[in-house]
Amino acid sequence: MHKYILRRLLLLIPVMIGVTFIVFTMMYFTPGDPARIMLGESAPEHEVVKLREELGLSDPYIVQFGRYVFNAVRGDIGRSYATKRPVMNEILSRFPATLKLAAAGVLVAVVLGIPTGIISATKQYSLFDNVAMVLALIGVSMPNFWQGLMLVLLFSVQLKWFPSSGFSSFKHLVLPAVTLGTSSAAIITRMTRSSMLEVIRQDYIRTARAKGQVESVVINQHALKNALIPIITVIGLQFGYLLGGAVLTESIFSIPGVGRLMVDSIKSRDFPVVQGGVLFIAITFSFVNLFVDILYAFVDPRIKSQYK
Amino acid sequence: MSNAKTLQKQTLEKTSQPAKKKRSPWVTVWMSLKKNKSAMFGLIIILILIFCALTADFIAPYGFDDQDLMARFQTPNSKHWFGTDNFGRDILSRVIYGSRISLQVGFIAVGISMFTGGALGAIAGYYGGKMDNVIMRFMDILLAIPGILLAISIVAALGPGLQNVMIAVGIGSIPSYARIVRASVLSIRDQEFIEAAKAVGANDFRIITKHIIPNSMAPIIVQATLGVAGAILSAAGLSFIGLGIQPPTPEWGAMLSTGRQFLRDHWHIATFPGLAIMITIFALNLLGDGLRDALDPRLKS
Repeated sequence: MHKYILRRLLLLIPVMIGVTFIVFTMMYFTPGDPARIMLGESAPEHEVVKLREELGLSDPYIVQFGRYVFNAVRGDIGRSYATKRPVMNEILSRFPATLKLAAAGVLVAVVLGIPTGIISATKQYSLFDNVAMVLALIGVSMPNFWQGLMLVLLFSVQLKWFPSSGFSSFKHLVLPAVTLGTSSAAIITRMTRSSMLEVIRQDYIRTARAKGQVESVVINQHALKNALIPIITVIGLQFGYLLGGAVLTESIFSIPGVGRLMVDSIKSRDFPVVQGGVLFIAITFSFVNLFVDILYAFVDPRIKSQYK
Repeated sequence: MSNAKTLQKQTLEKTSQPAKKKRSPWVTVWMSLKKNKSAMFGLIIILILIFCALTADFIAPYGFDDQDLMARFQTPNSKHWFGTDNFGRDILSRVIYGSRISLQVGFIAVGISMFTGGALGAIAGYYGGKMDNVIMRFMDILLAIPGILLAISIVAALGPGLQNVMIAVGIGSIPSYARIVRASVLSIRDQEFIEAAKAVGANDFRIITKHIIPNSMAPIIVQATLGVAGAILSAAGLSFIGLGIQPPTPEWGAMLSTGRQFLRDHWHIATFPGLAIMITIFALNLLGDGLRDALDPRLKS
């Protein structure tokens, strides 16, 4: 198990270098002179040249890339053109908000999705199942940025129950979390339902019922435990997706997170921040995936024996 | 002359007869899809949308950029069914014209990812070994960046605009096609008919394009249908945060972005473009689910 985790961690290194390479290359070939952006349009040419030299922007591409990776390993991913502060600090100061939002979104999704999926599966083709499946399909189809606006319209503008922007209290978290979590809830519902349906038909469930086990125990302990693997996979994937999807939600509700920082930075052409943001989220995403894979082992002993 | 024609007709009939008896697998799929009511409902909505997109110039009551400053912010009424926006433009007309943009983005972006991803996946699966390793590791790297973020960073590099959005969204989903195609190629590669094709001297290109790809179409079609939905959503999302298609182009996401500024006082501006997106995605999802059931009966619950 430890060996497995270690090997997976080592495998992350080439992936991260690859991500850095892709993002760095994209930003490198983006038109626009960073030195000019930093100093502004009116700065004299000789100062721009001087700054370019100082920042090493005249060096060959490969030298710049090497330097970036070398510094990134030590936690230095450049300075923001706009604020001149280290990108790492900028991101770390915004990351808690994004993490909180994504976690709240996953929570909404799991709390709504798993029970609905279980009930749908146990009462297949019932009214509940049909309604739940239509709602799930609508949930998947609804663009979350539009849903966010509609929630604001209803709950902030009309009913005045929740604030429409900001991030200082629990109340502020409700609408963004629902917005972010809805489509994931729908996906988790569908996954739970189909995974449960598959398990429920198996012989050992019939055996459990035959020996007179209470139905709730059959479902919650025997069936759910075996249906959990695909559900966990989806939850893990959704968490990663939510970290990315938070970009839209953050901009709707003016939440000071990494996503909004990145969008603002793209607009002001503050590329080190964009680059750092993508890298940071990619790393988080990879760790979440690794965590999910490790979690499998705890849910399913059969998988644990494969991790060597 | 007429004799020759009859003769030709006869031969045609003769050759086409056996084909009539043997039902092609696509006909079977269509028959099974036709029985699926929700999939047909989805298909009809998509056909209506395509019709709107093609005939927007005739069916839209106003031009997409006709401003009427005397009629700004009108709520839905008999003259403007969906109301008017901040420039007095008819929202219904803009939504109709918007179907053009969204469908175009959806199909072209999926085209990009399907062809690139499909080709990479087919090569990786068919050749295996080093080639497979290099391609799939590269896909792993792309997969490490959440799709929408990858699209955002590509748009950041290329700049906003319709074409760049299609490229960005398209590249974002290359890995999923590569994976699907690779998996099905791996399952077909060692079958006898491939060996037979090799034995008669077909080259690799022919084997991949004539034998392997057609036999791995089912999962690709399902993925592509759902992919169009995803591409439309991503493109609308990019436009919504101002990085995608720019106003005054009547793109649904960009219209939502405008509507957001006036949300407090004029609910209708943001409501209708969003509904349009939702209905489109809903229809594509219904069709995609139906296609999956029709193409792979094993998955049917």
